[in-house]
Formats: sequence, structure tokens, C-alpha cells
Amino acid sequence: MGILQNILEQFINGLRSGSIYALIALGYTMVYGIAKMINFAHGDIIMVGAYALYVGLSILHLPAILAILLSLVVCTIFGVVIERVAYKPLRSAPPLAVLITAIGVSFLLQSVSLLIFGATPIPQESIVKFAGIKIGGLSISGITVVTLIVTTICMISLTWFIQKTKMGSAMRAVAEDKGAAELMGIDVNKTISLTFAIGSALASIAGILYVCQYQSLKPTLGAMPGIKAFVAAVLGGIGSVPGAMLGGIILGLIESLSKAYISTELSDAIVFGILVLVLLIKPSGLLGKIRKEKV
Amino acid sequence: MAMLKITDLEVSYGMIQAIRGINFEVEQGEVIALIGANGAGKTTILHTVTGLLKCKAGKIEFEGKDITKLPGHKIVSLGMAHVPEGRRVFADLSVLENLKLGAYTRTDKQEIEDTLKVIYKRFPRLEERKSQMAGTLSGGEQQMLAMGRALMSHPKIILMDEPSMGLSPIFVSEIFDIIKEISASGTTVLVVEQNAKKALSIADRAYVLETGNIVLEGAAKDLLENDSVKKAYLGE
Ligand SMILES: Nc1ncnc2c1ncn2[C@@H]1O[C@H](COP(=O)(O)OP(=O)(O)OP(=O)(O)O)[C@@H](O)[C@H]1O
Ligand SMILES: [Mg+2]
Repeated sequence: MGILQNILEQFINGLRSGSIYALIALGYTMVYGIAKMINFAHGDIIMVGAYALYVGLSILHLPAILAILLSLVVCTIFGVVIERVAYKPLRSAPPLAVLITAIGVSFLLQSVSLLIFGATPIPQESIVKFAGIKIGGLSISGITVVTLIVTTICMISLTWFIQKTKMGSAMRAVAEDKGAAELMGIDVNKTISLTFAIGSALASIAGILYVCQYQSLKPTLGAMPGIKAFVAAVLGGIGSVPGAMLGGIILGLIESLSKAYISTELSDAIVFGILVLVLLIKPSGLLGKIRKEKV
Repeated sequence: MAMLKITDLEVSYGMIQAIRGINFEVEQGEVIALIGANGAGKTTILHTVTGLLKCKAGKIEFEGKDITKLPGHKIVSLGMAHVPEGRRVFADLSVLENLKLGAYTRTDKQEIEDTLKVIYKRFPRLEERKSQMAGTLSGGEQQMLAMGRALMSHPKIILMDEPSMGLSPIFVSEIFDIIKEISASGTTVLVVEQNAKKALSIADRAYVLETGNIVLEGAAKDLLENDSVKKAYLGE
């Protein structure tokens, strides 16, 4: 196998995990943009999505498409309800209180999942039956192809929604100035709920892709991709939608290439090292903006 | 019946009472000026009227309807628009997107297009800059955008909070000319100003606010001649 082909393969692997990070990072960045909070429970929504898929497929024996739908619906409801119950009452509370609450919600989700499903990893067969493609000597797995297509579609539609629709511009308005948005007649609470719903639906898709990739579930499965995606969001500039996409892809590529060519053990250290470096040079992240808070 | 009627309004920020039981009315078609020094409570009153703040006591009625407890986002569709202090245009949205958000609660696309044309006619600069990000406009242009955005809702009454703040004298005159035009086109105007002279010169009636109380009210031309107003607000 040629070195070039090997690099290309690692590159594609990096794109695959990176695009999943990007999907999750979008949830962090959109919620931050609109609610000015880091939703640390976001990673655990991935886990909820993964288990919902498992329940749909292996317990309810639903067809794959319905199991996917179930996962999407469950995650969306979780996202919206968590915001309503845990974060909304704290909207004018100090950021530290909100952060601690989010961490609490994260533990709660993990513990409840532990109670229901136990700590032993549960195997779950992938729903992607497609074997993959071969280009020359290069083989790309089915799940990689599916992941790249699905994440690309998600990112394009999200960008279109935010940039081109009335609700999208309402969302950007709320992110910038809630009071002024309210004066336009925009229901700020509904817009925040919508943001959580979209972020959670994207996390559900990430959860489904994750299960198809690793074919095993445990209650903490969302923690690591959650943290990585958070790093991706910060790297790209928290609050920036294209930033989250870019940050996710870059992070996936760095991770995959350093795993392959430097060291598996050091890859996380390299990822975080690069984050620190970027933040030292540009504290607002790659595409982020520093903006003054309006009162 | 007054178009807007405020009765015994009290507003507090925590322990601090900013508005201490005020009464005022705005009749259909009037231009009303609300003047007062920094911290008198002018912005607080406007924010309470349009639902951004909740009052502690009192009543706000618009066209006979009690709107005291109505959330802010439900006010604009009744026909009340608010040009907030400091303009608060959406900096990262284009001029056109800002204007369209002004018509957020309206549904008829054709009517929105027509209003947009009227606004572009009144503010030709906004049309020239429609694809520009609002944050890159000059202060005066942002004020025009904030006014245009409010007018996009096709309001019966427009509340303006210090529209001349921070603008050069030429822009100030232009803004006051536009307020006169808005009034002439049939929209009722409630304008808060520190530039008392200008505000009184275009207003029909005025209220003078001091630390949360209305201390003086009357026809604008009488207040222009009033000695205490002259001393405190007109620098004479
Ligand atoms: N968010 C707030 N928290 C606490 N106190 C506030 C808040 N906003 C305003 N105040 C106080 O309420 C009073 C009235 O403020 P307000 O902004 O309504 O005055 P204003 O007449 O609009 O002044 P200016 O001409 O400077 O805009 C002031 O004493 C101010 O300090
Ligand atoms: Mg003020």
C-alpha cells in the first residue's frame, strides 16, 4: 500500500469523525449563541439518541427508518424539556449556576441510562448495510460514505435554514439582542426552544452514526465525543455556525492523522495542544468574533 | 378615549424604584415628548409599555385594551412599535434583513413589499445599503434603520427613545424632520429626548419626568416658555 494512499485513507477517516464532531459542535455553538450558555449535557443527548435507536431496533423491532425517527423525536423532546425545566428558570442567574446545572443534567442522564440499561456495553448491529466503495486501491467503508453524505446534507440544510428563512433570521436576531428581537414580535422563548430542538436532533443523528460505527452502547458513550465537539466549537469560535463545522473537521483530521503518524496515546494531547495554541493566537477561535454584551 | 393610557405606573429594579406612580395619556395623532435628565426613568417607562419590563403596579391600556401583562412579543402586532435607546439594530444582519424583521408579525408578502418601498423612499440611504451588514452603518444611518425597522410593522403609534443621541447636528435635524413626517402620515408619536428644545419644538404636548415622577405637563409651546423648564432643560 502506497504512502499516499495511506495518507488519503487517514484523511477520509478524519473527515468522517470530524464531520460527526461538527454535527455535535453545531449544537454547542447554536445554544451558546442564543442562550449564552455551555450546555454540558449536550454530549449525553448523543447517548440518548443512541439508546433510543437501540430501543427502536432491538426491543421494539421497528424498521430502521422508524427507529431513526424515534431517536430524532426522543432527542428533540429531551433537548426542549431540559431547556424548559433546567435552564429556563436560570436565564438571569450567574453563569456558574447555569454551568453547574448543565453538568448536573449530564450526570442525571448518564445515571438514569445506567439504571435502565446497566453498565455492560450493549452490542447493536449497524443499520448501514451498504458495503462501501473502492476507488483504485482505496476502500471506503459504507458507514464512512453514509456519514459524509448525511453530515453534509445536515450542514447545508442548517446553513440554508439559518441564512435564508424567516425563522433563521429570527434566530440570529435573538442571538444578537433578545430585547430588540422581542420588540420585533419574535417569541424569544420559542426561538430558544427551537434552537435546543435543532441542536438535539443533530446530536441524535450523531448518536445514530456513532452506533453504526462502533456497534456498541454504554451510558457514557456521549461524554468523549461531547467533549471533543465542545473543543471543536471553541476552536472554530463558539457562537459561530461555520466555525463549528470547520472546527469539527479540523479536529477530526488532526486526531486521525496524529493517531496514524505520531502516536495513538498522544493524539488527544495534540488535539488539546492545538486548541490552546489557537486560543493563544486568536482567543475568539478561528471564525469567532469578540462582541460586547448588550444590556 | 386616549390611544395610550398609563395609570399609576410603578416600576422597580429589585429594591430600586425607578418609576413612582405616574399617569399620562397619548391621544391618537399627537406627538408627545417625554423629557427628563439622565436616570429620570424615561427608558424604563418605554420598556414597560412595550412589555420588556414588568411593572410593579399600575395599568397600561392601548386603544382601550389592557396590555399591562402582555409579553413584549405580542405588543407589536397590536400596532405599537418601539425604536429602542441606542438603536439596537441587528449588527450581523443585513439592512434588508433588519427591515424584514420589523415586519416579522405581518404575513401579507405584498403589503410588506409595499411598506418596504415606502420606507426606502423615506430613507434612500437604506436602499443603497440594503445588503450591507447593519453593524457597518454610521450612527445616523443606524438610527434611520432602527426607525425604518419599526415602521415596517406599520404601527399606529411609534415610541422613540432618544433618536438624536450621539448624532451630528445635521443628522439631528434630519431625524426630527423625519419624526414630523411620520406624524404627518398619521402615526402617533411618543418621543423620549434629552434634546428638549428640539423635542418640544415638534411636540404637541409634553411631560417632564424627574426621578420617577412626572413633575410638569402641558402644551409643548407653553413648556418652551416655562422658566423651570428653561433653566433645567433648555440651558437658558
Ligand atoms: N437594569 C437596571 N438595574 C437597576 N437599575 C436600573 C436598571 N436600569 C435602569 N436603572 C435605574 O433606573 C433609573 C431610570 O433609568 P432609565 O434608564 O429609565 O433612565 P433614563 O431616563 O432613560 O436615562 P437616560 O437619559 O440616561 O437614558 C436610573 O436610576 C437607573 O439607574
Ligand atoms: Mg434612557
